[in-house]
Amino acid sequence: MYNGSIMSDTLSTSDIQHIAKLANIKLGPDEEKKLYPQLASILDYISQLQKVSTEKVESTSQVTGRVNVFREDEIDTSRVLTQEQVLSNAPASHNGHIRVKAIFEE
Amino acid sequence: MDLSDLTIKEAREKLHKKEFSAAELVQASLERITAIDPQIHAFLTVAQKEATKAAQDADQLIAQGVNKPLLGIPVAAKDLYSTQNIRTTAGAKIIEHYIPPYDATAVCRLKEAGAIVIGKTNEDAWGHGSSGENSDYGPTKNPYDLTRVPGGSSSGSAAAVATGMCLAATGTDTGSSIRLPAAFCNLVGIKPTYGRVPRYGIIAMASSFDTIGHLTKTVYDNALVCEITSGKDPYDGTSADVPVPKYTSWLGRPIRGMKIGLPKEYFDANGMDGNIRRVIETATEVLKNLGAEIVDVSLPHTKYAMACYYVLVPSEISSNLARFDGIRYGYTRETFGQEAKRRIMIGTYALSAGYYDAYYLKAAKVRTLIKKDFDDAFSNVDVLIVPSFPSTPFAIGEKTTDPLSMYLSDIFMCPVNLAGVPAINMPAGFVDGLPVGMQIIGSQFAEEKLYKIAYAYEHETEWYKIKPNL
Amino acid sequence: MVQNKTKSMNQELTTYEPIIGIEIHVELATASKMFCGCPADQFGKEPNTQLCPICLGLPGALPVPNKKAVEWTILLGLALGCTVNEESKFDRKHYFYPDLPKGYQISQYDQPLAINGSLELKTQNSKLKTIRIHRVHLEEDTGKLMHATVDGQRVSLVDFNRSGVPLVEIVTEPDFRSVEEVDVFAKKLQQIVRYLGISGADMEKGSMRIEPSVSIRKSQIPNPKSQTISKSKIPNKNKLPAYRVEIKNINSFKFARNAITYEIERQTELLERGEMPTQQTRGFMESKGVTIAQREKEEAHDYRYFPEPDIPPMRFAQSQISNFKSQIGELPDTKRTRFMQEYGLSEYDAGLLVESRKRSDYFEEAVKATLDTGNQAIKLYQISPKAIANWIINKKVDVACVTPAQLLDQIVQATATTSVSDEDLEKIINQVLAENPKAVEDYKNGREQALLYLLGNVRKKLSGTMDMSIVRNGLLARLR
Repeated sequence: MYNGSIMSDTLSTSDIQHIAKLANIKLGPDEEKKLYPQLASILDYISQLQKVSTEKVESTSQVTGRVNVFREDEIDTSRVLTQEQVLSNAPASHNGHIRVKAIFEE
Repeated sequence: MDLSDLTIKEAREKLHKKEFSAAELVQASLERITAIDPQIHAFLTVAQKEATKAAQDADQLIAQGVNKPLLGIPVAAKDLYSTQNIRTTAGAKIIEHYIPPYDATAVCRLKEAGAIVIGKTNEDAWGHGSSGENSDYGPTKNPYDLTRVPGGSSSGSAAAVATGMCLAATGTDTGSSIRLPAAFCNLVGIKPTYGRVPRYGIIAMASSFDTIGHLTKTVYDNALVCEITSGKDPYDGTSADVPVPKYTSWLGRPIRGMKIGLPKEYFDANGMDGNIRRVIETATEVLKNLGAEIVDVSLPHTKYAMACYYVLVPSEISSNLARFDGIRYGYTRETFGQEAKRRIMIGTYALSAGYYDAYYLKAAKVRTLIKKDFDDAFSNVDVLIVPSFPSTPFAIGEKTTDPLSMYLSDIFMCPVNLAGVPAINMPAGFVDGLPVGMQIIGSQFAEEKLYKIAYAYEHETEWYKIKPNL
Repeated sequence: MVQNKTKSMNQELTTYEPIIGIEIHVELATASKMFCGCPADQFGKEPNTQLCPICLGLPGALPVPNKKAVEWTILLGLALGCTVNEESKFDRKHYFYPDLPKGYQISQYDQPLAINGSLELKTQNSKLKTIRIHRVHLEEDTGKLMHATVDGQRVSLVDFNRSGVPLVEIVTEPDFRSVEEVDVFAKKLQQIVRYLGISGADMEKGSMRIEPSVSIRKSQIPNPKSQTISKSKIPNKNKLPAYRVEIKNINSFKFARNAITYEIERQTELLERGEMPTQQTRGFMESKGVTIAQREKEEAHDYRYFPEPDIPPMRFAQSQISNFKSQIGELPDTKRTRFMQEYGLSEYDAGLLVESRKRSDYFEEAVKATLDTGNQAIKLYQISPKAIANWIINKKVDVACVTPAQLLDQIVQATATTSVSDEDLEKIINQVLAENPKAVEDYKNGREQALLYLLGNVRKKLSGTMDMSIVRNGLLARLR
């Protein structure tokens, strides 16, 4: 268990910044400092999985055993939302569109 | 009227006999919330207006002689459940003001059965937690000891039922989140088979783990609600196309000859409190006296379960929380709480280029082995019995500084979610005045066996009758 | 080989060879969207009105795949000679962009519906060329972004209507060596998609989109100029260059040609100057006819794919796959060959007729009508499939407005319009009567059939077209 002195083999601070970018989360310096040892200890812990022999073991990403679950190609108007409903939770909208800050300047 | 002593079964009888009306019942529920929730903090939103209106409608139906299984019964919904036109926050600030335009399937089914949604309950934000302390709106208190946690993440749901603010409450269980608060609050909490109750409309934590269930005072009430919420949903491709038995009809049947397995890995676990062990041993004695056969079994990969869980679950979390970008609803991603950020970071790491095979894929293979452990065990026994938690409810703040130790305390519960099998928490006694829970685990879609054994045990022990002193 | 069509493509430049692969996205014309029951047809609809919790990515909503979209993707895969994967699944592809509601796109990663196909092309110089198809997979479309100024502020506006429309992605191997090959391939693919009836595949409407990846390598012809670049840096023959440039934002065949041509030129010039082009994504600006580097999405290409936990995997038995195969019907290439053999058409004419399924069906209906008809005139003129083909092609017949029966009438009438002088006609009639004494005798003995025989012989000798009733009257007058 992490006791404050273990340095992780699996994680560097630049990793944290890279992951935060991938996750689209801006971390403040203090936050980053606090997260680092926590993430490092968790990653060290989960690294024990490498000890398990999984040769010829299939992976499980679902446990239902179901296959080929489809819907027929039919329009279901019962769930269609009004424009008002669509926009109602959006922080900003304009002329029926949802407004965001400019993506790129052309 | 005091809802603390009332079960759904009794409330239905009294509504039927006109001892009280649905309006009176709902009013009592709302008054109870007003009176004690400032101490407990079980609710994030109380739907007073909607519930009062629904109660009037229910009384009209009752007057017309309409009979529905939950007609007029006040229930609370965990705040991960989308409720049309009722604020739904998932316990997270980032969607503080989000109002869903639709109801979750489970909510629809409860309403169709006549239930009245009284409000939305507090929880660890997004379901991330075992104590309720990760709610962005402040923790819920354990009604049996206000300095202790009620268990999470369905913390508010457990506290609300335990204190009689409602007669049943919904929960979600991704790793322990129904069973653990049930254990800490002396309740019956079902985590059905994965896919038994549809997930549509319930804010996803980890999609291949999230299981929809509920907490009640008694086994009968629990089986009754499960009959209503279970069954295939065309809107959820992972919901099971398996007929739903009438669970209540399995209650009271003899359990003689049923084979109960005790997995040794659980009883030998580090940090296992001797008092807890004795409680579970006493409970198994009770079942043995009712004619059940007790045998030892082994689930050899148990020691890897938590590592496996804390790769796969954060991976799915990082994906499921990607939609919260502050564009269509809510604030920007900086608003996520610390726990959500931690899990998003771990999951993003486990799925990122170069690490996928070592983490996600490896864990997905280990999951196969863990699931197989359960399959093998159930080829020999009907159910497994394990403790719900290695100790009694811990103090608020006790574990918050060390997230990993908090994660690892779920060791008796998470393996069940890896395998997707059903489990029920049964009140099994008290240690130092604090509730202790016992888990009964079954094979996929064997809920009726769980209910049968749970009912037999409850009939002998009646631990549910011990109420918190408030 | 670089075509010397463009201004700077002089002799020396032909020593650089473009390597092009393409990704084509085709929106399927299903009634409903990929994972929900919203209408898939969002063209021209009010913004944000074709949405439900699922395609808007509201918390708690779950996807359930559209069966027809899956089947159509399999059909397309089979039509492109692909192997259908017996085990397939959906995966989540993660990236953040305002038009992507869930923060991930449901797509397919390592088990696409169909893989390893090929399509044969014939370019203008009649060279046959096989383009390998890497994969065909199914995913969902995103919303649309518009850029505007609101209250003096530059903003982007999102319309999510298109979000969740089924989208098939076809990825080729980097087998193209010229702009023309890409052009022929894209048109051929469009034709197949339309034959299958699975999409309008309209580039202008965005229901078909092309994203070429272009790089350049040195070809076998030595180029003295290239010695200025160090040898190790020059991409060699048979080895793919270490970079490729993806071009986005192309919405017509013409722009695809222009964009690729421009890019080949640009990269060639870089190489000539001794620079290596870099791996990047460039957008085509149609107004200027150039590509410009798009600001790289930071941390791009780490999409963190993992199996979509909300959708159970797909399994297809061989019997199911065979069943799909039987549903494909005759594709343009096969049909063209058959038209040549069955109707004696030229490759060119047959090719024109099979351009669309409607047109080829129309042609065959008209041919069939000449055999089934009770109309004496049509029988009389013995309208050949070739004549019908010529008529459809030369007169650019609108197959939606003219029925095959009307078409035959038109042909008869036009054929009947005289362009032969009376003297010539009389000469021919006399000649035919003289050459066929037996038929003349038979007719005089009451065999009406002999008249048709004589008429036919006169018609054969007529160089122009003529109203056959005049011929008939002329014949009758002489036989009387």
